[in-house]
This record gives sequence, C-alpha cells and structure tokens, in this order.
Amino acid sequence: MSRRLGWFLAGGLLVALLLAGVVSSFASGSPDGLDATARQGCTFDAEGRITGGTCMAQKEQDHQLDDSPLAGYGIRGLGDGALSTGLSGVLGVLVTFGIGAGLFRLARRRPDPKSSPRPADAPTEAEV
Amino acid sequence: MDTVAMHIANGIVNGPVSAVFAAFAAAALAFCVWRARADLDDRLAPMAGLVAAFIFAVQMLNFQVLPGVSGHLLGGTLAVILVGPWVGALCVSTVLIVQCLLFADGGLTAIGLNITNMALLGTAAGYLLVAALLRILPKTPAGLGVTAFAASVVSVVIASQGFVAEYWLGGTTQLSLPAIAGTMAGVHTLIGIGEGLIAATTVMTVARVRPDLVYALRRFRKVPVAEPVPVGGGAA
Repeated sequence: MSRRLGWFLAGGLLVALLLAGVVSSFASGSPDGLDATARQGCTFDAEGRITGGTCMAQKEQDHQLDDSPLAGYGIRGLGDGALSTGLSGVLGVLVTFGIGAGLFRLARRRPDPKSSPRPADAPTEAEV
Repeated sequence: MDTVAMHIANGIVNGPVSAVFAAFAAAALAFCVWRARADLDDRLAPMAGLVAAFIFAVQMLNFQVLPGVSGHLLGGTLAVILVGPWVGALCVSTVLIVQCLLFADGGLTAIGLNITNMALLGTAAGYLLVAALLRILPKTPAGLGVTAFAASVVSVVIASQGFVAEYWLGGTTQLSLPAIAGTMAGVHTLIGIGEGLIAATTVMTVARVRPDLVYALRRFRKVPVAEPVPVGGGAA
C-alpha cells in the first residue's frame, strides 16, 4: 500500500471516528422511518412498551443479543449518555474497519508473481 | 432511548419468510464475493474497509425528517460509487452484520430481510441509476454529486419497498398494505433526500482529493481518469 493511500485511509478513518464518537451524541432520538411506521397505530407507555392499538410492531420480539455489552449503541454500565454512545460508536467503527479490511484483503486478487507488475490503473477484464 | 432500533426487528415478519430471505441473502452474498474478487486489488480492499466503517459511523447519525420521525443513511449508493456494486453490497452487509451481532440492532432472525433490502436491493438500485446517470452527466465532482443525490433518493425508497414486500409475504400482523407502502415511501423519500445530501458531499470530497479512488470514475467510463478529457474523442 502506498504512503499516499495510507494517509487517505487514516484521514477517512479519523472522520468516521469523529462522526461515530462525537457527532453521534447530537443525532435525533426519534424512531427512524421504519420504526415509526411499524409503531404507527399503537400506543406506548413511557418504557416504550405497547399498551394498545394495532401496529406492525405488535408481535415484535426482543433481540436475541439484547444482553450483549454494546447492545443498543451504548456501553453496558455507562448508561445512555454521550460517553456511552460515543465510545460504542468508536468501537463499532474500529471493528467494522478491521473486519471489512481483513475480509476484503483475504478476498482480493493477488498480483500474479509470474507477470510483470501491473500499472495500478490498467483496466481489468471486469469493466462495467 | 429510541434510536437503538434502526433495522427490522425480530417478529415483524414470520419465521419461514425470514428464513427464505436469509437463504436468498446468503446465496446473493456468495455471488457478490465471487464477482467482487475481480474488483478487489491492493488499493480497493482497504478502501472497502474504510467505506464500511464510514457507513457504520454515518448510520448512527439519525436526522429528523418529520416531527417524531428520524432517518439515517443506508449507504448503498455511496458504496457503489466508491467501491463498485459487488464490493459495495458486501460493505453494507458487513455493517448490518456487525450491528446485529455486536449492537443488537436488526433482529438476528431478520438479518436476511435487512441484508436483502439495504445491501442488495438498495445497492442494486443505486448501481443501475449511477451507471445510467454517469452516461449523461459530466464526470466531474459536481456531476458525481448530482448522480449520488438522485440515485440515493431512489435507492432508499426502493429499499423501503423491499420491506413492504417482505411484510406482504410474511407480516405477523394484518394491516393495510397500501397504507404501509405509502407511509414507507413518503417517509423514505425524505430520508433519501438526507442520504442524498450526505452521499453527494462524501463522494464529491473524495473525487476532489483522490479521484483515482472513486470506482465510479475509474470503471463507469472508458476514458482514463488521469488525463484532462478533450471532448470529441470516441466518447459519445
């Protein structure tokens, strides 16, 4: 990997870390479009439990991993605050980058040792 | 906190239909891996990791679209423009799998439904539109921005209708399908506009800093990217 690409990746990762670690605390707390639609028609108590009505979310079940330490984009034990959300976001970005970059590296095309080094921009047979 | 659930939860679509979509998603992802290998080189592989991490980050940023309703980026179009359709679908899937397993967001039983809508349907729609639009729009950062915006809006609405289809096939409640389709399309048009703005800003930034890293500029056209393009060559 060239040094220039390394700098670009580091910069991009820094932006992602800032978004997930800091900006995430300013995100809207309202249910998203899907969730809001699924809840439409039901009434809820303060805990978010359905108290009546008819809606798509009526038979919704809990997530199998609701007890995991990062469940719900927070760190268990740190509550719901900015620190908890931000730290879980930072961890998520790092884990996603690690898994993604690792798996994509495993799946990538190896340079053919027999042929001469290919210019990086040469078109491949898979042109779209 | 309400933002903890961003994707389809368990129990909204029944088990058999969820299982069929899980099998479909697994087969489709295997096909994507096979096709992605031709695209993945030493440069695209780390870039794809970054795109996945970036989509994870931006998905946390719910923005208000209506009173009491928010939306967040899905990321399909953004991924297609930066890393291509096959790797892009795998990027979005990686995010969804991490969110499901680590953050308990998007039901484990519903993972196939979520991957089908956001990683496959949304990405495919985004890809077709980007490929079509880049035939007529200039291959400049501005042209790429317009492409990203328009393709994002359509892609998000189509992904939302994927959910409607899944609910039609196996919804655990009996509610009016046209009403759900209408509500989902309406609210996701607004979300798509937000996604479009984020995607356009992102791809325009990358196109200015490192145009050679933008898959759509490298592969969706025949002219090499490094040269200032004189008009009147072979390009129609």
